[in-house]
Amino acid sequence: MTGGRILAFFIGAATFVAVALGALFPIPSAVVSAGSGTSLLRPPSSPQVAVETLVDQIRRRDWDAAYQSLSNRGEFTEEQFVRDLTGAYSSLRSYAALDGFDFTPLHASADAAEMRVSLRWSTVVGTFQDVRNLRLTRTGDQWHVAWPIVLEPRVPPQVIPVNYLRWDVIYRGPEDDWGAQDVESPHVRIVDMHPVDRGGGVTLLGELLNEDVVPAFVSVKATLLARDGKAIATEDAFDEISHVLLPKQVTPFRIDFPGVRLAAVDSVRMNPSSSLVAASADPVIAVEDQKMTGLPQPTLTGQLENQSGQVVNIAHVLATLYDNNGQIVWVTDQYANRALLPGTPLPFAIGIPADIASRVSRYRVVTSSYTASRFQ
Amino acid sequence: MKAHYQSVLAGCLIAAAAACTASQTNSLQFPSTIEAGTPFSVSTTGSGGAVLYIVGPGQVIRRELHRGETVAFGQGEIHSAGHYAVVLTGSSPAETAELDVTAAQQPSALSFLAKPSRLPVDEHDGISGVAYVFDAFRNLILKPADVSFDLSEAGKPAVAQTAQTHNGVAWVRLDSAPKAGIAQFEARAGNVTEKRIVQQVPGEPCQLRMNAHGAGGRIAVQTDPLLDCRGNAVPDGTIVSFKETFSGGETTVDVPLKRGVAQTTLPAHDGALISVATGVVMGNEIRWQGGR
Repeated sequence: MTGGRILAFFIGAATFVAVALGALFPIPSAVVSAGSGTSLLRPPSSPQVAVETLVDQIRRRDWDAAYQSLSNRGEFTEEQFVRDLTGAYSSLRSYAALDGFDFTPLHASADAAEMRVSLRWSTVVGTFQDVRNLRLTRTGDQWHVAWPIVLEPRVPPQVIPVNYLRWDVIYRGPEDDWGAQDVESPHVRIVDMHPVDRGGGVTLLGELLNEDVVPAFVSVKATLLARDGKAIATEDAFDEISHVLLPKQVTPFRIDFPGVRLAAVDSVRMNPSSSLVAASADPVIAVEDQKMTGLPQPTLTGQLENQSGQVVNIAHVLATLYDNNGQIVWVTDQYANRALLPGTPLPFAIGIPADIASRVSRYRVVTSSYTASRFQ
Repeated sequence: MKAHYQSVLAGCLIAAAAACTASQTNSLQFPSTIEAGTPFSVSTTGSGGAVLYIVGPGQVIRRELHRGETVAFGQGEIHSAGHYAVVLTGSSPAETAELDVTAAQQPSALSFLAKPSRLPVDEHDGISGVAYVFDAFRNLILKPADVSFDLSEAGKPAVAQTAQTHNGVAWVRLDSAPKAGIAQFEARAGNVTEKRIVQQVPGEPCQLRMNAHGAGGRIAVQTDPLLDCRGNAVPDGTIVSFKETFSGGETTVDVPLKRGVAQTTLPAHDGALISVATGVVMGNEIRWQGGR
């Protein structure tokens, strides 16, 4: 009993000391993340301090201060600077919060330096990285950052004629007789599915086809069953799937079961579901110049091109990777953090796990899109 | 609360009636079977006050009377079909009798289940129609009755089939037509008609072909009008996937059919192989060579 009290006392004391040290001598990125950036409002007497100060101002959305601190602000307006960071059109970037950053010195001399800063933005669908190479110059005893502006293209005012195709649905009403038919749910079919053992868990990979002539809102739920027939776990494909399928459209899906051993799984019960949904056949998004780069950082790259006349606020890119037998080896995705403008290519890059990249023989990329007023 | 009291009372009366069946007398006189909703009367004999109960499915009727009186029940007063207990209290033991109420013969409502509401053309027995025949009081008419089923499309003769009800239900199975379109599926019993819509849609695309030509430094690809094996036009909105494979990369576009064809443009790469597919149906391939 006495030993336990002594141990509790030491743990409590050690925690107190650690908290006190962290509060008195925080690391800079922790200060930025914690939001008490005032301690960083100090003269940019070194390249590192200049970058930290700028990032803190961006995190606090103190655009004016951030813009005024730049050495190359004559090359662009404050509005363009803000658009670079938050997006000219409403997009994932517009609702993102700067979650943290890392930087790497690339080059340094007495009067100039170059640093690579990786800004980590958090959004409702995960995080994305914004990597910039910053040039810094010394003026007197202060360092200033030259911001590598990315000018988002603006679509010139114009009229783009589009033949829109749209489905609307009238469902049965509560006053209808019980025999009154309702509109039939779309017929969907799983055309491929198999489990893989990966990352200390089981992952189900597959593809779902809308074989009907109407659009479908789809989801796939799966239950892993043990030999005695008992359910081990039930999960669904959350966002590793394209939920709205037009007629004859195929979506990949991935369902993760963390912490489940494949050896314990006897069978899988798949439950694809579909319901009618009002949808539009547009916008059409081409995925151009798809390429896969190999090790050390396997990446699937390409460009999204919006072939329709409306701005796509958020584009979701889903990639299905196949081996040389045509079997799916992985499904991965990424959200574009900038809006997709009509006729304006937007690059994307999806990281592929290194152990899987060597088995990939071909791939298929599909997109789904979200606009501010509706989703498709 | 009142309803609860009535159910308890009804339960007690049914139990009492069952117990007294052996001592049933003939002082109660009424038809043993009536149609739901028809007027009828119950005659009693003897003298003194009494209470008449008629207890049945979903209905309990209580009447105070003097023995020797005739109690009349009006049109629609007893409307639920089923087996009723008639109990006359006021003497010991209570007098009991039984009454059967059958559904009216005249169909007044149909519950018509037509499935599915949408199916591919040319499916044998693909359409199912089930009709439940009810009288004016929503009693299922158990006596056999004829129900006619008509599947009709504009400009074509209707497919008609008649089925007799079994225990109030009649059903048919019909083939879907070879041509796509909206069909009206109608069930009729007596003067009652119910209509449903069945959408007969094209089947899988039968031949998928595309052509390609140069267009301002890009390749414009367009499919031929997409038809199923019966010659029906595949509906607009159906996704057609174009894929262009070239040295070191590829481009894919999922395009919906509009006005029967799918079209898009792809980057021009000499030697590129362009393929097209929709769902699980593959189309032709084109090798793009120097702008041809």
